Amino acid sequence: MIVAERKPFDEIFANAGKHHKVLLLGCGTCVTVCMAGGQKETGVLASQLRLASREKGVDLEVTEHTITRQCDAEFFDDTTSRLVEESDAVISMGCGVGVQFCSDRYPNKTVYPALNTEFFGATLEQGVWTERCAGCGQCIVDKFGGICPVARCSKSLLNGPCGGSADGRCEINPDVDCAWQKIYDHMETLGRVDELEEIQPLKDWSHNRDGGPRTVRKEDVRL
Amino acid sequence: MSEDPNIIAFCCHYCAFTAADLAGTMRQQYPVNVRIVRLPCTGRAEINMVLQAFVDGADGVLVAGCEPGSCHFIQGNLRAVKRVGQTKKLLIEAGIDPERVEMRHIAASQGPLFAQVSREFTEKIRQLNEEKRMAPTVAVAQGETT
Ligand code: SF4
Repeated sequence: MIVAERKPFDEIFANAGKHHKVLLLGCGTCVTVCMAGGQKETGVLASQLRLASREKGVDLEVTEHTITRQCDAEFFDDTTSRLVEESDAVISMGCGVGVQFCSDRYPNKTVYPALNTEFFGATLEQGVWTERCAGCGQCIVDKFGGICPVARCSKSLLNGPCGGSADGRCEINPDVDCAWQKIYDHMETLGRVDELEEIQPLKDWSHNRDGGPRTVRKEDVRL
Repeated sequence: MSEDPNIIAFCCHYCAFTAADLAGTMRQQYPVNVRIVRLPCTGRAEINMVLQAFVDGADGVLVAGCEPGSCHFIQGNLRAVKRVGQTKKLLIEAGIDPERVEMRHIAASQGPLFAQVSREFTEKIRQLNEEKRMAPTVAVAQGETT
């Protein structure tokens, strides 16, 4: 899923304060799971904005609404569109995709992001999420014991480890696991450690963002 | 003396609520402005329930649960402690004194303690209200509607 974190309150409040009526739009998918922009977090931010505007004498009316997904047109139903139209601006609690999708959909409204979108990640435990995929466009994790060196090695080394790996930790930060230690350990468990002798060729980065913004088309399902 | 502050007390059914009941049975006096909301456990107290109470006009919110180690649901009260801590941070961001929310542990047998906590908290909030009334109001420049 996409993992995001809420922006500092002051930044959000400064944007909200430019208007008199804002719609706080939550998203029920990834950002609900990472507890950044779902219905609950939308409620919390709405309460904070209401309290802060009352406290600071700012004339601000906040409406809150959460839809299933902000990255799919079908979820922007009539109720949502009406709420957007009735507001001076929208504060999206979706990821960067949701913010842009919402902005495209309502070209006469300014849409502010309430979150900073961080990465594609997994839930390690409740309240802890970590990066697992870099969306490079050409998955090669099978060669590395199911551990992605692009996303999880700080230097994205395909022929690691570097000389900085110590006690299973990465040289950039002792709190970060060395991905290459993990790759080695897992390949050993799989009995495939000898495969790591093989030199990995240069990766074709044209499938990554280096080739420009990407689009996936699946012709058989298009309408 | 200034007006009685509005206090909402989210009380756990198994301890603080029973203590409040006991306080009544024991003819203990506690301020009438403390409105009790009974919860199955303080672990049910969501952050936004507390914030919402402030939005709806509360001057102070008390979250009262079991003592550590005696939660009927094992650790609902410890979760409440964390959430109250987080709520304080959110209140600071919104410009509200974090002292206006407090977590207390009151066992079912401690009727007099419930009455005492209610009196003390009411007094504290009354004082904060007084300080706020005396403080100059903050006005923030607001942009034009676009
Ligand atoms: S220490 Fe490990 S994870 Fe860190 S950069 Fe070197 S190989 Fe990559």
